[in-house]
Amino acid sequence: MFANNGIIILLTLLIALMASITPMPLSVDAFRPDWVLIVLVYWCLALPDKVNIITAWVMGFILDVLLGSVLGIHACAMALSVYIVVVNFQKIRNFSVWQQALIIGVLSAQYHLIVFWLQRLLTEVVFLPSYLYPVITTIVLWPWVFLLLRRVRRHFKIK
Amino acid sequence: MNPIFKHGPSPQYRIILVLLLSASLMFFDHQMASFETARGYLQSLVSPLQYMANAPKQMMNWASRNIVTRQQLMAQNEHYRENELFFHEQAMQLSIVTLENERLRSLLSSPVRAGIDKMFAEILSVDSDPYSHQVVINRGANDGVYEGQPVLDEKGIVGQILHVGASSSRVILISDITHAVPVRIQRNGLRLIASGSGQIDRLIHNFVPHSADIKKGDLLVTSGLGGKYPEGYPVARVVLVRTDESREFAIIYSKPVAQIDRLRYLLLLSNTPSKEQTTTPRVDGASAVKKDSTVAGKS
Repeated sequence: MFANNGIIILLTLLIALMASITPMPLSVDAFRPDWVLIVLVYWCLALPDKVNIITAWVMGFILDVLLGSVLGIHACAMALSVYIVVVNFQKIRNFSVWQQALIIGVLSAQYHLIVFWLQRLLTEVVFLPSYLYPVITTIVLWPWVFLLLRRVRRHFKIK
Repeated sequence: MNPIFKHGPSPQYRIILVLLLSASLMFFDHQMASFETARGYLQSLVSPLQYMANAPKQMMNWASRNIVTRQQLMAQNEHYRENELFFHEQAMQLSIVTLENERLRSLLSSPVRAGIDKMFAEILSVDSDPYSHQVVINRGANDGVYEGQPVLDEKGIVGQILHVGASSSRVILISDITHAVPVRIQRNGLRLIASGSGQIDRLIHNFVPHSADIKKGDLLVTSGLGGKYPEGYPVARVVLVRTDESREFAIIYSKPVAQIDRLRYLLLLSNTPSKEQTTTPRVDGASAVKKDSTVAGKS
């Protein structure tokens, strides 16, 4: 993972982690996109031999610690969402960016629903439609993150 | 050069491994609570990330503190001076009342209340997870923070310490769905349990009979039962009382008096150990973090 500027991958993931915990006003907070998921999916599509399910699980675990939820919830949801990408990465690569954005939307919805179901299993949380607002922002964000990270990958020649 | 045929375990093998790992983590963390000490270390490990994530907000705060006009500062100063006078007068009264209260308590041969130490803390980050209401503060085990310590803002109870790291710790808010506070109505002393609802501006009171004397606007203060929260701090104000006779119990909602969505500075209370322990019966675990809502029903 660290050969050929692989450290840059780690840096982008760390920035994504920070973006997902920066304090925000309550009204904007409901729309916070899934930064970590987007960045992970990009690297899984681009370099599936470097970033894989285990990476996703570790990132999810760190997110669990950062968010103070029961350990394993975000890790499990993140790994399952990235699994779909890893299995189908050759198909998804050939889609246009907007089609990819829709797939990311589905993945993000799946991620949030898995987190909700697991939480529901452990505590008595009630579903609110606002839990799925991040899906919208994630779809809108994907093309920009995709272009940015592709630039980063080509500039640093990460292989 | 990327190999055409990938090496290493297949994705199927990996996902099964990872799912098993998650399931066992969840089981041991939630059911057995066996990660309490490890949580402290993990919290210390990730606290640099939290400090860094907080940097933009700190910069904004710094800017807003430094870019103020002279007029604003003067007006603020004036306001503080007035407040100080006001509080001084109250403090004078308070010391007399405290002395009197202590004397009366000693006459009644009931134990004198232990003094309370206070510590100042600042919010480091607020969690974006919609399922749990927690904040991280900039004090940890190095400053003497301990688990279960009550946390206040200038208006009322905010929550209690959940996990302690070396230099930061995590506070669970009273509105969290897994948290409950034993309270009483200030007006008539009726005891209730204030359970979090998962919504930032609502606490729920379960198992209150229809005949209970409770009105909209009643102030709820901590009852001191459970031994976590000291007695008499304001918690919430009743906003809705619905006595629908077709239901078993009355529906009662209240709104926390602390501004939980606008926290910035907090006060940590710690009970200094005194020789005379209170002899009042305690409902153990009533204010503890409950794992499911049935705890509220039992107490």
